[in-house]
Amino acid sequence: MSNQNDYDRIERNAKRRKLIKNTVIYIFLAIWGLMVLFPFYWMILSSIKSYSAYSSEYIPKFFTLSPTLQNYSEAFTAVPLGKYFLNTLIFTLCTTVLMMVVIILAAFAFARLEFRGKNIVFALFLSLMMIPNELVIITNFVTITDLGLRNTFAGLILPSVTSVFYIYLLKENFEAIPEELYKAAKVDGTSDFKYLVRVMLPISQPTIVTIIILKVIECWNSYVWPRLITDNSNYFLVSNGIQEIRENGFGRENIPAMMAAVVVISVPLIVLFLIFRKKIMAGVSRGGTKG
Amino acid sequence: MKNNLKGWLYLLPAVIFLGVFMVYPLIDVIVYSFEEGYNFASQSYTGTGLYNYSYVLRDPYFTQALKNTFIIVIITVPLSTGLALLISLGLSSIPKVRELFQTIYFLPYVTNTLAVGLVFMILFKKTAYTDGMVNLLVKAFGGEAVDFIGGPYWAKMFVMCFYTIWIVLPFKILILTSALASVNETYYKAAKVDGTRPGRIFGRITLPMIAPMIFYLVITGFIGAFKAYSDEVALFGTDLNAAGMNTIVGYVYDMLYGNSGGYPSFASAAAIILFAIVFTITCINLLLSKKSSVF
Repeated sequence: MSNQNDYDRIERNAKRRKLIKNTVIYIFLAIWGLMVLFPFYWMILSSIKSYSAYSSEYIPKFFTLSPTLQNYSEAFTAVPLGKYFLNTLIFTLCTTVLMMVVIILAAFAFARLEFRGKNIVFALFLSLMMIPNELVIITNFVTITDLGLRNTFAGLILPSVTSVFYIYLLKENFEAIPEELYKAAKVDGTSDFKYLVRVMLPISQPTIVTIIILKVIECWNSYVWPRLITDNSNYFLVSNGIQEIRENGFGRENIPAMMAAVVVISVPLIVLFLIFRKKIMAGVSRGGTKG
Repeated sequence: MKNNLKGWLYLLPAVIFLGVFMVYPLIDVIVYSFEEGYNFASQSYTGTGLYNYSYVLRDPYFTQALKNTFIIVIITVPLSTGLALLISLGLSSIPKVRELFQTIYFLPYVTNTLAVGLVFMILFKKTAYTDGMVNLLVKAFGGEAVDFIGGPYWAKMFVMCFYTIWIVLPFKILILTSALASVNETYYKAAKVDGTRPGRIFGRITLPMIAPMIFYLVITGFIGAFKAYSDEVALFGTDLNAAGMNTIVGYVYDMLYGNSGGYPSFASAAAIILFAIVFTITCINLLLSKKSSVF
C-alpha cells in the first residue's frame, strides 16, 4: 500500500517537474518569437496609420482603429518605388538566369567531361572560395567605371554571375548521378549537351531549385555593389531605393509612408519563403550564409 | 584533343567571369595598395611603398572603424551562438509546435536588411515627437529615455549588436537544430537507462556531438561579423563616419566612393588589412577547434 503511494508521489513529482520545465521552455521560446515578430507587426501597423494619427501619438499606440491605405498609394506615387521594384526584378532575373547557365556548364565540365588540366583548374576554383568579396570589389568598381558601365544593368549584373560555391554544389550533385546513364546515352549517340539538358538537369532539379532560391534572396537583398555602381535613381534597386527614401524621400518625418515602402519591399521574399519554406531552409543549411 | 577543347568550352564562361572579376582584381588590389599618391582621374601614381598602409593605420576614422568592428565581433559572436544553442535546445524538446517556431525564427533571414533596419531605427529612435517604442519599455522599468540612434556611443552600440544578433540568429538556429536532430537517439536511450543526469547528458553526449557545428558557426560568425556593414547603414544611414559607427568594410567603401571617396589605394590597403585580420583569426579558430575536438 505504502509502496503504491510512494510510486504515485514520484510519478506526480516527475510530471510536475516536466510541466514546469516545458512551461519555462515555452515562455523562453515565445519571448524570442515575439522579438522576431514585433518589428514586422510594427512596420505593418505603422504603415496603415494615417500620417496625422502617427505624428500625434507621443506615446505610440499598439493598434489602430482607423486603418488607411493612403500610405501605400503615396509610396508608389511620391517616390519611384515601382521603378525600384522593376529594376530589382530585372536584376534578379538576369543575374539568376545568367548564373545558372554559367554554373551548370562549368559543373557539367567538372563532373562528366575529361580534359587536360581539369584537376588543377578545379583546385584553383576551390581556392577562390576563400576570397572575400570585399577584396575584389575595389578593382571591380574601377573596371566597371572604366568600361563606362556605371548606371547600366550590365554593370550591376556581370560581376555576380558566377559562384564557385554553387559550381561546387552542383558538381557534387551531378557526380551522384550514375555514370552508367551517361555511358548509355553516349552509346545511343546522344550529344553531351542534350544529355545535360534532358537527363542531368531534370534529375538535379531539387539542387537547382535550391540554388535559384538562394540566389534570388541574395539578389533581392544586395546593397553594396548596386550602391557603388549606381548613382542615378533610374537604376536603383530596392535596397538603394529604401536608403534614398530614408535620406531624401517623403520628407524625413513621414514614417508611415516609409513603412508602407518597407512592407512592399519585404512582402515578395516573405511570400516566397512561406511557399518554399522547406526547400529554402534545407538549402540554407546546406550552403547559405547571410551576406 | 577534341574532348580537351569541349571541356574547356563548357568551362569558358566561368573562367572568363572569374578571371575578370576575381583573379585579376585580387592581384590588382595588392598592386593598388602599394601605389602611393594614386590619382583616380589620370590613373597615375607617384611612387611605390608602404605609405598607404601607414596612412590608413593612422587615420582616426580607421581606428574608430577598427574599434567598432572588434566590439561588434566580440559581443555578437558569443552571444548569438549561445542564444542560438539555447533556442535550439528548447526547440528540440518541444516536438509539437517546433515547425511553427522554426518558421517564425527564420523570418529575419529572408528580409531585406536595409528595409527592416529602418523599422529598428524607428523603434529605437527618440525624436521631438515621440520617445519611441523601446524607450517606452525603458521608462516602464524606471529608466531614462535615451536616443539609441543619435545618442551616446554605448546606446548606438547596443542597438547595433542587438540588430546584428537579430539578423544572424536564424542561420545559427537552423544549423544547430539540424545538428541536434542528427544526434543518434540510442545514445540518449542508453544514458537514460543508466540514469544519467540531464546536465551530464548535455555535457557528455550532446555537446561533443554538435561541437563541430558550433565551431563552424563560430568561425563563419567571426568572418561575417568582421565584414559588418549593411546593418550599420540600415540603422545609422550612409554617413557612418559622422555617426561614429563605421566599420572596416564601411571604411573601405567610403574611401572608394561617396563624399570622401576616390582613393582606391587607401581602400585597397584597408581591405588587405581586414583580410589579414580575418585570415589570422580564422586560423586561430581552426587550430583551437582541432585541439579541442579530440574528445
